[in-house]
Amino acid sequence: MSAQSSHETVDLQLTAPAPMPVTPAGSRVGVEFNGVQRHFGSVTALQGLDMEIHPGELVALLGPSGCGKTTALRLLAGFDRPDAGTITVGGRDVTRVPPHKRDMGMVFQAYSLFPNMPVRQNVAFGLRMRGRAKADRLKRADELLDIVGLSDAGDRYPYQLSGGQQQRVAIARALAIEPTVLLLDEPLSALDARVRHQLRAEIREVQQRLGITALFVTHDQSEALSLADRVGVMNAGRLEQIDTPENVYRHPATPFVAEFVGAMNRVAGRIADDGEVVVLGQRVPAIGPDVYAPGTAVEALLRPEALQATLDSGGPGEIVERTFLGSSVRLRVSLDDGHELLVEASSHGASLPVGARVALKIGAERVAVAERGAAAPAISPDL
Amino acid sequence: MSAMSQPVGDAMVSLLEAPPEQRKLGRRRQRPRAWRTAVLVVMAIFYVLPLVCAVKFSLINQKGTYGPQNYTAIVNNSSLSSALVLSLEIAAITAGISVLLVFPTTVLVRLKLPRLTVVMEAITILPIVVPPVVLAAGLLQMKETAPLWIVNAFFNHPLMILTPMYVVLAMPLMYRAIDTGLRAIDLHTVVDASRSLGASWPTTLWRVVLPNVQTAVLGGMFLTIAFVLGEVVIANQLDQSSLTFPLQMIQFASQDNAPGISVAMTLTALLFTFLLLFMLSFLARRHGPRTVRVA
Repeated sequence: MSAQSSHETVDLQLTAPAPMPVTPAGSRVGVEFNGVQRHFGSVTALQGLDMEIHPGELVALLGPSGCGKTTALRLLAGFDRPDAGTITVGGRDVTRVPPHKRDMGMVFQAYSLFPNMPVRQNVAFGLRMRGRAKADRLKRADELLDIVGLSDAGDRYPYQLSGGQQQRVAIARALAIEPTVLLLDEPLSALDARVRHQLRAEIREVQQRLGITALFVTHDQSEALSLADRVGVMNAGRLEQIDTPENVYRHPATPFVAEFVGAMNRVAGRIADDGEVVVLGQRVPAIGPDVYAPGTAVEALLRPEALQATLDSGGPGEIVERTFLGSSVRLRVSLDDGHELLVEASSHGASLPVGARVALKIGAERVAVAERGAAAPAISPDL
Repeated sequence: MSAMSQPVGDAMVSLLEAPPEQRKLGRRRQRPRAWRTAVLVVMAIFYVLPLVCAVKFSLINQKGTYGPQNYTAIVNNSSLSSALVLSLEIAAITAGISVLLVFPTTVLVRLKLPRLTVVMEAITILPIVVPPVVLAAGLLQMKETAPLWIVNAFFNHPLMILTPMYVVLAMPLMYRAIDTGLRAIDLHTVVDASRSLGASWPTTLWRVVLPNVQTAVLGGMFLTIAFVLGEVVIANQLDQSSLTFPLQMIQFASQDNAPGISVAMTLTALLFTFLLLFMLSFLARRHGPRTVRVA
């Protein structure tokens, strides 16, 4: 996540939403994707997506651009139809149901408020479509605006609001219809860092208070890891892993997940006879060792925080860069063979100045391994 | 008043569509005062001076003295007023049909069939490329060979024959105006938002998209009305039963051999067009979408 620069615009009306009784969302329902496929010409956007979202759960779909996460969300919203497979919501097959009959609230990446309507009318629009009485829908709109901390903005037009405020109104509008599922398509990506953090917490709080099932699509891993009950990591139209944020981070199911989520060092290693991987002169259990035969040259995927650096004048590396990150420091360690590794250490521990020689130790219980790619290995396995 | 060319239509719609902040930016650009004054003077001479001369000429009556006789002659001529009513009817129906045809089609192309944009551009430019007189000649030939009921149903009623012709001829104006308006909004997102909130397609078009391109649609309607009120080529060829306003103007001026009346009618038509434009600007300012964002 990028740090906020000092000149960035900040939302000056970041008031914490006032806790108040809220009408619960429609009955909690689960969502299931069953073998969903979608092709755009020769491009495969989704190749057999199987995923379940439990009732009241917030699942974040994470992945690089073009991995199919937005396609999955649009299919669930009904804006697109799968070439194969089914989507069920609360056990009901909605694959062919048009979007306006799905009862799903959606918050978009782009500012999606209707420019010709004041904020209150925007929030009440969905209720109007449902034939609710005017007094009823305006009262509900005011309730929702109160929840998102914009109770005094009902008469303003979207152009009179900041980006963060517009997205809050969009959230209120999506929730006003008491949707069965809340869909969030990178709703924070256009906002500056401070507003993003604030709104992220608010989304989570409102989602939990209402107990609504939600699907959140993002390419920002910190957003996904901090917000979701479970994170699904997608790559090239496939769901590589779906698990709790901690498991996705600590126990990645595939090399792609290991490399995509968090910073990663690729260190040359070799599979030992007992299935462990020999890397940096140490033996560590490998994830999925049965894939590789003993003696296979592999690359171990090590997170910066899985490496421990200790001052050692005879150590194999030298600190060439030191970045203070608050509670931790990130070190760039240059090994004697010319390759470099990232190491994250506590900022409260021993001083590790630039130029110091260090020894490296692997602190992880297990490491993911990948077939040695075309790229040169980081270091020799004999180290 | 002649039919407006497409670039003029685009420029006018762009001007109407430009958000206030852009207009402010334009005004903020400082240029030397002398240059501005010189440009204004040249423009005034070029545009205003002929109008002033025309006004002066139109106020000279047949006796050679100044007076409003040329204008009162227009007001007192019943055939002119009935021609104006006919032309306004044709203009209003043409504008209405054009919006009904072009607006949903353009939305459909932009949302679902973007590959057809080039085809649409080509089709909508045809009425400009093909001279109206060719269209009129073709229709006259059709009139001679068509069954009698078609001739009776269409060719004998100016409203029935001219309106479809004008819808075709005004298509470039309406399409350009609406397309410019749709490009100015995030169409995909507002449509998706509306649909996800439970609005059907017709409701989305009527309650969400149309209000946000209202200025562009009004611009297209204005251009269409202006075109219809000035069109003489097709009307002269096809309309045999009763004359439209521009044809009546020409006939009236030539019959009375009164050039002052002719100029007075031209100025009246110009004033009428200006009033339409001001009305459009007023409506756009009061009800147009608010697109300027605060930080």
